[in-house]
Amino acid sequence: MISFEKFVLDNGLKVLVHEDPLSPMACVNILYDVGARDEQEDKTGFAHLFEHLMFSGSLHIPSYDQALQRVGGENNAFTSNDITNYYITLPANNLETAFWLESDRMLSLAFHEQGLEVQRSVVIEEFKQRYLNQPYGDVWLKLRPMAYKVHPYRWATIGKEIRHIEEATLADVKAFFAKYYVPSNAIMVVAGNVELEQVKALANKWFGDIPSGEKPLRALPAEPQQQEERRESCYANVPVDSLYMAFHTVDRLHPDYQVADLITDVLSRGSSSRLYRSLVKEQHLFSEVNAYMMGSIDSNLLIVEGKPSEGVSLAEGEQAIWKELERMKNELLSDYELNKVKNKIESTMVFAELSILDKAMNLAYYELLGDAHSYNQEVNRYQQVQTADIQRVAQDIFRKENSSSLFYHKQETLSHD
Amino acid sequence: MINRALAPDLQAIDEITLQHPEQLTFANGLKVFIFPAEEQELIKAEFVFRNVFEGSENPVANVALGNLLKEGTSKHSSAKIAEEIDYYGAYLVPEYSFDHNALTLYTLGKHLPSVLPMMHEVLTDAIFPERELNTYVRNNKQSLQISMEKSDFLARRKFYHELFPETRYGISLTQQSLDSLDRDRVMALYQKQIQPSNAYLFLSGKVTAADLALFRQYFEAQWLNQIAIDGASFPILPSFEPGLSLINKTEALQSAIRIGKRSIQRAHPDYPALQFVNTILGGYFGSRLMSNIREEKGYTYSIGSAIANLNHAGFFTIATEVGVEYTENTLTEIKKEMDTLQQELVSEQELELVRNYMLGSMLGSLESVFSHVDKFKSVYFSGLTLDYYAYYTDVIKTIDAEQVRNIAQQYLGYEEMAKIIVGKQG
Repeated sequence: MISFEKFVLDNGLKVLVHEDPLSPMACVNILYDVGARDEQEDKTGFAHLFEHLMFSGSLHIPSYDQALQRVGGENNAFTSNDITNYYITLPANNLETAFWLESDRMLSLAFHEQGLEVQRSVVIEEFKQRYLNQPYGDVWLKLRPMAYKVHPYRWATIGKEIRHIEEATLADVKAFFAKYYVPSNAIMVVAGNVELEQVKALANKWFGDIPSGEKPLRALPAEPQQQEERRESCYANVPVDSLYMAFHTVDRLHPDYQVADLITDVLSRGSSSRLYRSLVKEQHLFSEVNAYMMGSIDSNLLIVEGKPSEGVSLAEGEQAIWKELERMKNELLSDYELNKVKNKIESTMVFAELSILDKAMNLAYYELLGDAHSYNQEVNRYQQVQTADIQRVAQDIFRKENSSSLFYHKQETLSHD
Repeated sequence: MINRALAPDLQAIDEITLQHPEQLTFANGLKVFIFPAEEQELIKAEFVFRNVFEGSENPVANVALGNLLKEGTSKHSSAKIAEEIDYYGAYLVPEYSFDHNALTLYTLGKHLPSVLPMMHEVLTDAIFPERELNTYVRNNKQSLQISMEKSDFLARRKFYHELFPETRYGISLTQQSLDSLDRDRVMALYQKQIQPSNAYLFLSGKVTAADLALFRQYFEAQWLNQIAIDGASFPILPSFEPGLSLINKTEALQSAIRIGKRSIQRAHPDYPALQFVNTILGGYFGSRLMSNIREEKGYTYSIGSAIANLNHAGFFTIATEVGVEYTENTLTEIKKEMDTLQQELVSEQELELVRNYMLGSMLGSLESVFSHVDKFKSVYFSGLTLDYYAYYTDVIKTIDAEQVRNIAQQYLGYEEMAKIIVGKQG
């Protein structure tokens, strides 16, 4: 349970305040309602590149990081397909510095070519480090466009290709800023050793005079229902074969979202889960196997992935996974098993309340989804799921014509003697 | 109108207040440290065991031991143990480090009575079934194969071997050493290592008197020492030769770089000062290495340095992954930054910035009662007390530019370092 108060500035900036007097720290989390899904097809990776530029200095403050570190603060940010989220933690008595910094870069960045050039290069190295110079690193570059044909989820946050990052211009940067980085498109959460009235005063002082701008309208094409099974193979210099299966499922706000999430828990959460027990421990068909939701806001993917043991082919592995998925469809699971995954949800939610930063991020995200109060009802939504729901939703998800399977083969060295 | 060019006044950063644990020793020799906290209905119970090495310094059996604890007792199978813990929403997590094996239980307080018996069973009656050991070996050989394709993994492995050759800190897992594991060896290690006289229990969260009584019931009355352990063994470290090692990967897009040397331990009076100098060099986002090599040159996504403390050694390390075409330039720039620290005085402005950053970071590191435990463990296993943090804070607050340069000269000479490149030399 996270308690909070909310107010909205005249320019549309939403502010949520969570008081936690036990912490000596404060945190300021600002979520901008823009992610890789808002990019143009020929300029992918831009939302993330832009996130890097947010640290290259703003109108009145040449160095964001130095100014923050000088008061004992730390910060970071991440970009996903849905959102861009920035956060600061700092000693609570220096809270005003966070307001000064965040408001100045919401007001205006200091656009300069040199900053763009360096960050292009940094992001290209990030692209290589995470996606190209790692075994299996390019999986999402291959799997997303298999599963999504229309929706912009078909590219990864890092972008489709390095070229898009190389071609980003300062004009693109300015236009993106003007469109998305406006108060009405942001949610700010202030948490920790702070007081509501203090935050109100600071918010008005530093953010009050930033022009509202217009909240951009989002009109993304819906992904049409998949009609046919999709299968692809690729070959790479990896030591072990690997299998990835993506199934379409509901969006984040659909009442069945929690059901689908619990299905992945039954399949692979903890060492008593079905896939782990059956495929890794009993049959020794896989060395590792996992199932999880992408957790996207729009239409989701449920992923099942695994690496077959030595001597087990991808085809055998695939068959064994399908057998478990069919079991989810054909047999009603026991109340015991459902309670088990619900209990895990309950304890995990309690652990998530240990850190003021986690609390702030969760409030911001649920506010974006529609209402931060719904965070506090999340456990209930999971509690209400029945065994019949699990079976119904499993039957809907685990269909061949709803699946995209990527068979990631190790490249065989040629030896035909 | 507000003047946005003017920063709000800096407020002095508070010093941390650390929680002192209540300390007990059970009749069987188990040392218990209790950190009560009221906020959340959670309990964390961490059993830490000193790693025992006998005959060989190869840690392969020690690594396996922790991983296999939960894989069967004389009464319950691996599946049943997993089921019991998962059902109550608890986590039972083994963790291996260079000096310790730990087994940690995280649970809601209300489920403690339900999960504690299984934890007790695992610690007192594990049998390491042959079948589970084989599964462990097979799966770990496969994940090792994958890791060996990762440049940063190879660089780290080579780095430890350069610093601590054929010792517990320098020997890595191999396909052969995994194959050589057998049940008798793990069982023998279990009997020596997992016993109360070799253990520490760190108990934190909402621990009631009834909870403590449960711990006494299971881990005092029902847990006996089996075998006397010979005096603690020490790794014998040969003299260290700095130099460059290159592992060529012709198709690499990036080179993983590791640079470093053995260094002082936490109990050394210079340790906090060295932490300060390390922070300037590569210990935070605004560090000189990050500013130069990422934010000015764009050679990398990330570069950082750290000092680390082990029971029998310490080390300093720089790590990064850079575009292969920048490998040579990166080494040149790293050398330049290290030379500058040894030759020039740090400005007052940078001193103040790093000082405040470190004080703020210390304050922020005490997020929950669990962080208080971590702070305590760090000093306890170095033979120090919580007073160390007052000394640390004092050093951070008073260190000056001359001292920074002296420390850099004494501990951070580029020529004294091992340099590892995995990728291309450029």
